[in-house]
Amino acid sequence: MSLLNIKNLSVRFGDANAVPVVDGLDLNVNKGEVLAIVGESGSGKSVTMMALMGLIDAPGIIKADALTFDGSDMLTLKGRARRKIIGKDLAMVFQDPMTALNPSYTVGFQIEEVIRQHLGLSGKAARQRALELLERVEIPGAASRLNAYPHQLSGGMSQRVAIAMAIAGEPKLLIADEPTTALDVTIQAQIMDLLLDLQRDRDMALVLITHDLAVVAETANRVCVMYAGQAVEVGQVPALFDAPAHPYTEALLAAIPEHSQGARRLATLPGIVPGRYDRPQGCLLSPRCPYVQQKCRDVRPTLDPSALGEVRCFFPLNQPSHANQEPAR
Amino acid sequence: MFTFIARRLGLLIPTFFGITLLTFSLIRLIPGDPVEVMMGERRVDPQMHAEALERLGLNKPLYEQYLNYIGDLAQGNLGESLRTRESVWHEFLTLFPATLELSLAALLFAGTLGLLAGVIAALKRGSLFDHGVMGISLAGYSMPIFWWGLLLIMFFSVGLGWTPVSGRIDLLYDIEPKTGFMLIDTLLSDEEGAFVDALRHLILPAIVLGTIPLAVIARMTRSAMLEVLREDYVRTARAKGLSPARVIFVHGLRNAMIPVLTVFGLQIGALLAGAVLTETIFSWPGIGKWLIESIGARDYPVVQNGILLIACLVILVNFVVDILYGLANPRIRHQR
Amino acid sequence: MTTSTSSPAPVADPSTLYPSPLKEFWQHFARNKGAVAGLLFMLVIVFCALFAPWVAPHHPSEQFRDFLLTPPAWLEGGQSQFLLGTDELGRDLLSRLIHGARLSLLIGLASVVMSLIPGIFLGLLGGFFPRLLGPTIMRVMDVMLALPSLLLAVAIVAILGPGLINTVIAIAVVSLPSYVRLTRAAVMGELNRDYVTAARLAGAGLFRLMFVTVLPNCMAPLIVQATLSFSSAILDAAALGFLGLGVQPPTPEWGTMLASARDYIERAWWVVSLPGLTILLSVLAINLMGDGLRDALDPKLKNAV
Repeated sequence: MSLLNIKNLSVRFGDANAVPVVDGLDLNVNKGEVLAIVGESGSGKSVTMMALMGLIDAPGIIKADALTFDGSDMLTLKGRARRKIIGKDLAMVFQDPMTALNPSYTVGFQIEEVIRQHLGLSGKAARQRALELLERVEIPGAASRLNAYPHQLSGGMSQRVAIAMAIAGEPKLLIADEPTTALDVTIQAQIMDLLLDLQRDRDMALVLITHDLAVVAETANRVCVMYAGQAVEVGQVPALFDAPAHPYTEALLAAIPEHSQGARRLATLPGIVPGRYDRPQGCLLSPRCPYVQQKCRDVRPTLDPSALGEVRCFFPLNQPSHANQEPAR
Repeated sequence: MFTFIARRLGLLIPTFFGITLLTFSLIRLIPGDPVEVMMGERRVDPQMHAEALERLGLNKPLYEQYLNYIGDLAQGNLGESLRTRESVWHEFLTLFPATLELSLAALLFAGTLGLLAGVIAALKRGSLFDHGVMGISLAGYSMPIFWWGLLLIMFFSVGLGWTPVSGRIDLLYDIEPKTGFMLIDTLLSDEEGAFVDALRHLILPAIVLGTIPLAVIARMTRSAMLEVLREDYVRTARAKGLSPARVIFVHGLRNAMIPVLTVFGLQIGALLAGAVLTETIFSWPGIGKWLIESIGARDYPVVQNGILLIACLVILVNFVVDILYGLANPRIRHQR
Repeated sequence: MTTSTSSPAPVADPSTLYPSPLKEFWQHFARNKGAVAGLLFMLVIVFCALFAPWVAPHHPSEQFRDFLLTPPAWLEGGQSQFLLGTDELGRDLLSRLIHGARLSLLIGLASVVMSLIPGIFLGLLGGFFPRLLGPTIMRVMDVMLALPSLLLAVAIVAILGPGLINTVIAIAVVSLPSYVRLTRAAVMGELNRDYVTAARLAGAGLFRLMFVTVLPNCMAPLIVQATLSFSSAILDAAALGFLGLGVQPPTPEWGTMLASARDYIERAWWVVSLPGLTILLSVLAINLMGDGLRDALDPKLKNAV
């Protein structure tokens, strides 16, 4: 039984006919695993997780066959019962730490708020717990930082505070939405190390939303590649990197500098992600796919089991049975 | 925090001297002979004329007059009223609590209702309520409040007989002015029903005086709230599993208050100007009515220093608002 | 996106394809329904004011001694010749309101002109001389802003004495600081732009820089402010009139009319309600127009939708 189970999730903004931002997404997260969701901007990575957290407001419409977390139906759970889970068992760290913290309150106040809400501690006990959390996220001089305001902290420091807030309720699943994108390159690795350390330490599941495949390769157990609101390939990490089955995954990998040894220019995929008005009838990648066939233009493929995971393609690459493709290793 | 206050205080000094210069010039800019203007219809013989000039210090060179004026102010001497022979400072002190009580009641009315309406309008953006609040507040902002006061008197006092027409309290009651605040004084006295009567006298003037601030605060709260609710930290607060009320009030409104507070401060000056009109309509014995009556009676010492006192009051209130602004906004407070 | 090739595309100067600035402005302005309603109402008021002697059914000061405090025509006891009733001296209310529009618009217009021109000039000086002159001007304006506008106007009228011209002067002085601040802020923003440097290098003199190069680019906020201070001028003039410090009776000024109507509050609601309603509607109409102007002129909001 997986911790998080998403079946056929779709999110639209506007009316029911609007083009979905997330389109028929299936996703599982198991206890204690690190799942990376990759894809370019606007591919629906963040929106999926925001839907789970209940952060999508009108005019957003969420539909799913199943959206269960730890045995609770997050699609129908409302109000107080829902808030018992959000921020406690299920927590999230956002992209830009400089705006994610409330400028009017001290760091201590904002961490203690979670502790009071979910752990029932107050006063000195809450303070003590907040201090421990700050120490856990390796903030130097934690005791004095409790009284600091967000504008007095650097970006990396703010992200550590945000992480401390997120792990305050001992979550079973932590979602990190591009946690290092807004930070200096030198800080990025530190924050990733901290997140992975926490993940191992507490045996919590971690969903890492990113577009940095290098990070995925080093950290994740599994990866889900998204394109235009759909999952196009799901697979185990080392295997998927060696033998991508979906052309889009292959293109993403080819765009990593380390993978293009010797090439004078990085490989790119021509064209852009389809918008509201130019959504193809068939496979969403068909206008850009180098291997496109007539069938791809006419019919939309589904996510089917492949040799190493699941893939949404009629003619997956690197498959042992396919004679006309490259031979499998 | 100390340097923050000191810096703001330093900025006040030139403004203060500017205002003394203004009130100093006031009496000297009157066209014609100031003594004759002040004496009005009364016949003035040359002897009295010279004495009056001497008494007012108008026969000395201008710079000396100004220095004398500042010297007098420094000693707390604001001159005396030509009408009552009372010291201007003393008259101001007796009348000011009435204006303060009225203004506080108006601000309370405008602040609570304006914040509430603004927050709800922002949360229900585009709803009928939202459009209603925006429409009413635009009308309130354009309101000639002297007419609004008459209209309310016509409806509630004359038509329905719910509230008294004028004054602070019925003549039946003999209230000893201990604090100057009628609501408190009536509570301290043992007159039965006096408090309720004072409250009934206060309601209409407070509504009239609070109308424009109400409109401004409601609009400002709405737009500030709409902006704040889009902020990332509000999303963070929701992701913590906090209750909607806590997200809206603790995380949203607290930050939306910063621009609202600025506007609130700017409204204090307008409030005192509105007090002049409101006090005239409701015969409210405060400094606004005092000033207008003194102008009518050509009581120039009162006009001159009354305006000075009111200007100082406005500066002082704006200063306090500035400090509050610093308290509400840690980023400002920590600025060098 | 592609046009049909059957009709030959006319070879035209591309600049004619864009709507003229005026037309573009109007398209933006007309999108705001409230602003258009305000404009229509103001057009009616302006028409009444311009042609008051012909529009008004009676002379504003003519006293019909047999018709004191006649109610409006649609009420019991109303007379069809006095559409909105008469006041305590038997004067036709509608005619007085129409003639009052003349005064209010005159006061508004005169005070806006009298504060806009010196305000722009002082603001330009303040912006172009940031060392000594600028801060001095701004300090003086700060002092004027320390007093609430109506109180300052009251103080000025207290010196000059009541009356139409003194009302205009008082209101003009009161609204001066906002123009100075606004102009200076806009000028300071423009002075760093490259086109100003280019004009300087081309040898433009100070006056040319001020009035030809920089000023036209600072006009949008000034136009909006002029509209808004037009409405507050009407309000302040009426308030002064109401306090007995403005235009003196029997001149039909809206605020002065209200002041004399106070005594009839129990008997004749129309002499109290109608002048105030006229003030409210005029001020509201101008404020609506001001909102529309701001949306249409503010380049930051323009094209943002």
